[in-house]
Amino acid sequence: MHIEANDLDRLARLARLALTADERSALVSSLDDALSMVSALREVDVNGITPMAHPHDATLRLRADEVTETDRQSALERIAPQMQGGLYLVPKVIE
Amino acid sequence: MSGLRFADIDGWRAALATDRAAALAEAVRMATASQTELNALITPAPITPIADHVGSGIGDLAGIPYAHKDLFCSEGVRATAGSRMLAEFISPYDATVSARLNAAGAVCIGKANMDEFAMGSSNENSAFGPVRNPWNVERVPGGSSGGSAALVAAGVVPFATGSDTGGSVRQPAAFCGVTGFKPTYGRVSRYGMIAFASSLDQAGVIARHARDCAQVLNVLAGFDPKDATSVERPTEDFVAACARGVRGMRIGVAKELYSAGVRSEVAECTRRALTELEQAGAVLVDIQLPRLPLSVPAYYVIAPAEASSNLARYDGVRYGHRAEHARDLNDLYSRSRSEGFGDEVKRRILVGTFVLSAGYYDAYYLRAQRIRRLIAEDFARAFAKVDVIAGPTTPDVAFTLGEKSNDPLAMYAADINTVAVNLAGLPAMSLPCGFVDDLPVGLQLIGPAWGETQLFAAGHGYQQISDWHQKTPRVLS
Amino acid sequence: MSSDWQAVIGLEVHVQLSTQSKIFSGAATAYGAEPNTQVSFVDAGLPGTLPVANRGAIERAIQFGMAIGAEIAPLSVFARKNYFYPDLPKGYQISQYELPIVVGGSLTTRLDDGREFTVPITRAHLEEDAGKSLHDAFHAATGVDLNRAGTPLLEVVTEPAMHSPEEAVACMKSLHRLVRWLGICDGNMQEGSFRCDANVSVRRRGTEKLGTRAEIKNVNSFRFVEKAIAYEIERQIRAIENGETIVQETRLYDAAANRTRTMRSKEDALDYRYFPDPDLPPLVLVEADFARARSTMPELPDARRGRFVQQLGLTEYDADKLTEERALSDYFEAMLIALPSQTKLCANWVLGELASALNTDQLDIGHSRVDAAALAQLLARVVDSTISGKIAKDVFAAMWAGEGSADAVIDARGLRQITDDGALTAAIDAVVAQFPEQVAKFKAGDEKIFQFLIGQLMKATKGKANPAQLNALLKQRL
Repeated sequence: MHIEANDLDRLARLARLALTADERSALVSSLDDALSMVSALREVDVNGITPMAHPHDATLRLRADEVTETDRQSALERIAPQMQGGLYLVPKVIE
Repeated sequence: MSGLRFADIDGWRAALATDRAAALAEAVRMATASQTELNALITPAPITPIADHVGSGIGDLAGIPYAHKDLFCSEGVRATAGSRMLAEFISPYDATVSARLNAAGAVCIGKANMDEFAMGSSNENSAFGPVRNPWNVERVPGGSSGGSAALVAAGVVPFATGSDTGGSVRQPAAFCGVTGFKPTYGRVSRYGMIAFASSLDQAGVIARHARDCAQVLNVLAGFDPKDATSVERPTEDFVAACARGVRGMRIGVAKELYSAGVRSEVAECTRRALTELEQAGAVLVDIQLPRLPLSVPAYYVIAPAEASSNLARYDGVRYGHRAEHARDLNDLYSRSRSEGFGDEVKRRILVGTFVLSAGYYDAYYLRAQRIRRLIAEDFARAFAKVDVIAGPTTPDVAFTLGEKSNDPLAMYAADINTVAVNLAGLPAMSLPCGFVDDLPVGLQLIGPAWGETQLFAAGHGYQQISDWHQKTPRVLS
Repeated sequence: MSSDWQAVIGLEVHVQLSTQSKIFSGAATAYGAEPNTQVSFVDAGLPGTLPVANRGAIERAIQFGMAIGAEIAPLSVFARKNYFYPDLPKGYQISQYELPIVVGGSLTTRLDDGREFTVPITRAHLEEDAGKSLHDAFHAATGVDLNRAGTPLLEVVTEPAMHSPEEAVACMKSLHRLVRWLGICDGNMQEGSFRCDANVSVRRRGTEKLGTRAEIKNVNSFRFVEKAIAYEIERQIRAIENGETIVQETRLYDAAANRTRTMRSKEDALDYRYFPDPDLPPLVLVEADFARARSTMPELPDARRGRFVQQLGLTEYDADKLTEERALSDYFEAMLIALPSQTKLCANWVLGELASALNTDQLDIGHSRVDAAALAQLLARVVDSTISGKIAKDVFAAMWAGEGSADAVIDARGLRQITDDGALTAAIDAVVAQFPEQVAKFKAGDEKIFQFLIGQLMKATKGKANPAQLNALLKQRL
């Protein structure tokens, strides 16, 4: 797998990153390097091996269905870039 | 009050008992003074007024000053994670680690510098400038917990918090000649620790002495209902474990930890340490970790994958950096993120996005998770025969600032001896074991899951027969 | 629809689970709170926060799986679905993807014409809801309320096994009935507790291959689902017949214009990059979890319906109606505690007087002004002949108006039936004396007059005369 400029653009779009021209050319090559490094994985026989997503093969612990939280609106407002009438604001979205 | 530089926790206790206000004032003075040369703090100020701590003396770490890695949230205090994205972020809540340290009475003298979102091995990826290595200010302190390691090495604080996703506690500890401890995944709550890669991240401690790491871990360890990956286990006393000694302990030596990339002088230091341990009654056993070489590629798939998703929340909507004059929603997202994140973070987000994307998921992400299991199995097999595994923490000593900043791959490759531990979720520590080019070398000890007590026995045992951890860099002002 | 074409419809229904707290945080799920006042730091996706799963949500999913005869996965996995949207605080939604908690099962549905059909269920998975984007609250901005973010949802996915809007709606209704019956969802469609996406495609009759489907998003009433699907089928047929190609897309239904349109914000080809959530280890269920879910599971509607017919002797129709809603069904059963042998009488009253009173006042059964025990007491007075069935209706109306228990109303109004022969005979004497002409006509063979005389007697006794007794006495007298 070689990373081309259009692959990078697709990834940047998915990741919501706006890249400058300089960043793009540097990233094409460093991403390409990174992916060729990890392609060593492709040589390994992993047939029948279960993927391990969590250390120690842990299982999910559940909590009781209880309301333990209170209104945090003012704390959230203090750290919000833009809030009005208790609502977070973003540029208008047209559905 | 003088004479506190390089004091250990017990030394601080004695000083605090004599004149609490003076001792705390000295802690703050040393921290502030270190900034010019080390830049080890992002927020060089106590998180609660020092005056609040004068007079109170409750808790296992009452009055003990420490530096807190800037990815731990503390209520009312800025938590930047080394990123421009969070340069103005004041956390409205306490991380469990912060709350436990507060409850123990420890006094945070500032938030420690770090690689942005804990991504890096040199601290050059901080949006707040690089940290310098106290042993040689032209050298990097390691990363990502570089600020924490530098402050402990400079004798400013007896301990500092860190986090370790692929070696971020152990590698800077090695580079700075101090002791770094990374617990078993699930031992310390991750709640309130700003995430890099959730299945690998674990909070840790850096101190000059293994025993001080144990004192702090006694406070940090424990089940937390707020973290679904926190594990319920009976309480263990890690300080008591230190006294067990190394006699009869089986120490595994794997040739894979001495691969071609490991500098011979570094290897030599660690072998000497192993010989000393053997003389003290430990038994050296040859073991194999055949899949260890695959740990770097597996890590550099899994960690970026999780990071790409963990860092999606930084979108300029609810907190953090928000681009001005956005034309539309996507412009707001893309520019907020591009302005807020540094190069290495962007690179890893893009790699992570790639390995999870349609058509590549199986070949990269899923395959890496399979290899992760193989690596964990290698360790499990080895630990059937030995109590701990030993080897160099890093292939080389601290490098010069800027030397590798344009070569991320070289930097990744140097993680070869640390990342496998995170993939398997194991506890490990780095101990000072010598010098090469007048720079510290780290000996890494790896334990089986939940085997912290035997690690402390070995680590403290080694520090009883060596004095590398007592060495100090030239004293700063 | 032109007979050359066959529509193929599958449903994805988002069932909001009726837990107190959110699926991954301890924030409340109550509807209608002020914006962003039910948002914990976890729900807002603050740095460092972590999800912890709610047992209540998982138990409800297990009960749903049991109710549809599905397999409950002993191991299921929460994954992250990655995409950016302002009402998605973490930049990903926690959802189950490859390994959902409920696999298979089926839902049997009765159409209006009585025909039964079975829709196979593909899966049902747990996920967290997003917040709400308010596009019209501000002139140049979209406002975001995260109160709903993190509310537990069970997304039920059917096989594409329906072929008409009517079938789709019937299936949706039986699902609605079931989740309300189980008590795992309040079913309130206005509040978004039960939301339906429909996948619609068309193919030429006789062909196997499915056409390209369009997904119609979030239609919030049964009527609109039916209209939206009907419109979409016609649109697709028209497009294909005009030589156009159907594109796979998400469409919104515009109720005012009765048409569907492309949803612009979903235009991008999405790549959700699902992967197991590293913050949430796999959900492993053991027998104890199943036993716990089973212990709080109500008798299922089909089982109860069968029991009503076989054991209680109700008609199929009554049994159907009485098992439409669990609360109604429970009400009926509660009446039988006092009146075990009066199944038909109780059924008639629940489906008749009670249903119409509830309907008039727009109340659901849970808010009935007359409870089951009170209604049973009223009917007991009919059974023991204290009052007639006709008087009982007046008493019921008085009870509904808050005038007290059946006995209290009967006593206060003096409605006890007259069963004393002497009193009845006296009344008959008076009426016979008052209407000599009519009595003569009856005697001449006009039997219809009998009812007229009974009517007059009822009037004279204010309806309190025992009808059977009165009949007998009048016949005897004439």
